[in-house]
Amino acid sequence: MFGLHYKLERKSIGLALAIIGIGSIGGLVEIAPLFTIDQTVEDAPGMRVYTPLELAGRNIYVREGCYACHSQMIRTLRDEVERYGPYSLAVESKYDHPMLWGSKRTGPDLARIGGKYSDQWHVAHFVNPREIVPPSVMPSYARLLRNPLRTDDLGRHLRAMRAVGVPYTDDMIANATADAIGQATPGGEAADGVSKRYGEATNVRVFDGLPGELTEMDALVAYLQIVGRLTDAAYKTAGK
Amino acid sequence: MVAQLTKSERQVALVILLALTIVGLIFAGAGKDDPIGVHGFLIMACAIAAIFAVISASAEPEPSPERLDTYYDDPSKIGIVLAMAWAAVGMLVGFWVALLLAFPDLTFDAGWASFGRLRPVHTSGVIFGFGGNALIATSFYVMQRTSRARLPDQLSPLFVLFGYNLFCLLAATGYLMGITQSKEYAEPEWYADIWLVIVWVTYLVLYLRTLARRQEPHIYVANWYYLAFVLVVAMLHIVNNLAVPVGLGSAKSYSLFSGVQDAMTQWWYGHNAVAFFLTAGFLGMMYYYLPKRAGRPLFSYRMSIISFWGITFLYMWAGSHHLHYTALPQWVQTLGMTFSVMLLVPSWSAAANALLTLNGAWHKVRDDATLRFMMVAAVFYGLTTFEGSFLAIRPVNALSHYTDWTVGHVHAGALGWVAMITFGAIYASVPWLWKRDAMYSARLVEVHFWFAVTGTIIYVISMWNSGIIQGLMWRTYTPEGTLAYSFVDSLIEMHPYYIARAIGGLFFLIGTLVGCYNIWMTVRGEALPAATEPAGDIPAPAIAARQPAE
Ligand code: HEC
Ligand code: HEM
Repeated sequence: MFGLHYKLERKSIGLALAIIGIGSIGGLVEIAPLFTIDQTVEDAPGMRVYTPLELAGRNIYVREGCYACHSQMIRTLRDEVERYGPYSLAVESKYDHPMLWGSKRTGPDLARIGGKYSDQWHVAHFVNPREIVPPSVMPSYARLLRNPLRTDDLGRHLRAMRAVGVPYTDDMIANATADAIGQATPGGEAADGVSKRYGEATNVRVFDGLPGELTEMDALVAYLQIVGRLTDAAYKTAGK
Repeated sequence: MVAQLTKSERQVALVILLALTIVGLIFAGAGKDDPIGVHGFLIMACAIAAIFAVISASAEPEPSPERLDTYYDDPSKIGIVLAMAWAAVGMLVGFWVALLLAFPDLTFDAGWASFGRLRPVHTSGVIFGFGGNALIATSFYVMQRTSRARLPDQLSPLFVLFGYNLFCLLAATGYLMGITQSKEYAEPEWYADIWLVIVWVTYLVLYLRTLARRQEPHIYVANWYYLAFVLVVAMLHIVNNLAVPVGLGSAKSYSLFSGVQDAMTQWWYGHNAVAFFLTAGFLGMMYYYLPKRAGRPLFSYRMSIISFWGITFLYMWAGSHHLHYTALPQWVQTLGMTFSVMLLVPSWSAAANALLTLNGAWHKVRDDATLRFMMVAAVFYGLTTFEGSFLAIRPVNALSHYTDWTVGHVHAGALGWVAMITFGAIYASVPWLWKRDAMYSARLVEVHFWFAVTGTIIYVISMWNSGIIQGLMWRTYTPEGTLAYSFVDSLIEMHPYYIARAIGGLFFLIGTLVGCYNIWMTVRGEALPAATEPAGDIPAPAIAARQPAE
């Protein structure tokens, strides 16, 4: 064996090819089957996609690096399930490009944050976390309330998401901007379009407490309120 | 620097820079209401500044053919200076984010100054800025010496070095503007990623071209590691960053993978970024500089073969230990755990090989802080890999994951291993490169050493404490069978440890700044009259160690 190596280390290309060959095995064995084995991701027939407003909120979550302090992955451990809720299923992040499972809990897990608090709570918490939870070390995000949300390019975002496999329809893509505004403007015609395209259960309301203004806060809160709620598969599994 | 380029290389440089200017212009135009537009201007500004540098040197004569009799060390010198600059910036930001976790209001009401955006500036700044530049600089140095061959041309090493730094600059400024893919250690967006591929392929080709010119029949161990670093990082980077951009005028892209497949790909990448960027590359450094500085032959050639192939094969399976008890199928978790435990063998054989090399040179370790940096690095490498294998065991991971224990583990490796071996290698190379007798001040190297060791110990111990306390509080039950502590209870307990960690980090940062000063003063000092360096200064006895096996 060492004799063989003595020959190998005299050939740079041979050495390089050997490194690539030996180094590829692990990834091929572990990753490739995840795309082909059906059981990897559970079925969830009723699961819906993110609305344009929620997707914009998710992008703000990414932009601000919330994942650096918050996980979105409840492990199959008793204390986690009791603290946060039913453990996370693979299917719940099926439309998450990229996933936001996270690796550090400086703050609590957020996989089941949707519906846990009111919109007002979230807005007040983002504006000044220490006013709501005095020992908090979370940054203040008051500026999201001042930033208008950019909506003109949401159609292109939906199209890119479709390119990577999320089932957005042409109708959804064509109406992305209107739907983003509509979801935060209840009562109007645009709001009906949101319910029509994304389902009656979709939250349509003024998320940031400022009617008539579409801010980044609207988007972020709309997103948080849907986290863990695109499908109820996890609750069904827990109930079994 | 430009004077070292031949006339035709200067022309090629101008063509490349013009092309880059045009790319910058396109981004600036297409992305005028998007942060990518800012990056367009940044790319343009860098390219135009470089064009001026090339043009202003165009009157310089061709470099004399005598240059070919010596190694080409300009890129290594620049790389070391850049590495130290990034170290100072990256660690300063590290200190700041450490403070933010203790005192969250120590910031401005501006997007760029919030924790979530600064943290990746720290991680990329130290890993890619400091670590990456040090790897590139030392790899150029080592590959020439161990091959007894000059770099094949003058332009491509500079392209690799400056191209790489442009990538780092796009990464760090991008995070401040909120441009990120959110994938840890792969945060830069699509255009920066494509640029890195171009730079990296040039780096690989350069490495292979230099090896092809070598005068030594054998490729020395250090080069195996550097080569594995270059090759595997290319593979990881390309696969993990596959994404569909929203458009030419948008920095945003959507990852090709989602959910569980994305998680596995990301941690296959993430863990092997640790393995091949933060380990293999720096092992290459260690295998050259430690025997060289100690004046001892490498202890065992065979052990180095075992550790090399062990690391190359086993690490690639280990990524899934980042996903224990998650929605990742259990069989993948089990594979990840098993291979992580097996990894201890090649890891310890590399660490032992380094420490046993020091046998017979321990008096030098005592007197020479530079060698001591490398020795301590090998010890921390051994400790951290042991801890890593331990943390990969599922029930241990149940406690440690998501807590500060991981951060403590990361920094035992990052400060104790990566930074220490780098400082050792830099202190060894600077006098050699700049043809100085020695560093400006050996005392200051000693001072840096003690600041670094103290800082590391304070940092790691405080994070062990906070991590284990956190993990235990989260799973403690009352006699009635309910959870004993709220999340906020655990948060309050962290406060003193976060302060202690910031103090440890401050120690480490001060050490680094002392190092910057010392290097600066050495560079400004007098050159030796006619510095002569043996042409092939491969650790000579290592050749003797390479007897054909039975
Ligand atoms: C420096 C780390 C840090 C960052 C960055 C951070 N958070 Fe937090 N977050 C915390 C901590 C600590 C808590 C717990 C104390 C509290 O409620 O404020 C928390 C609590 C929360 C809660 C309440 C969770 C619950 O179940 O009570 C939500 C929601 C939240 N964060 C959302 C976000 C979002 C969205 C972002 C990004 C815009 C973000 N956080 C960024 C640290 C952070
Ligand atoms: C001055 C010295 C340093 C200080 C004060 C410091 C501080 C920090 C802090 C506060 C964090 C965030 C931890 C959290 O989110 O809870 C962090 C993360 C990190 N740092 Fe450092 N750091 C230092 C040096 C380094 C060096 C030299 C490296 C690498 C070469 C490094 C690599 C990392 C990595 C990889 C992470 C991410 C850890 C994870 O996600 O688990 N750090 N650092």
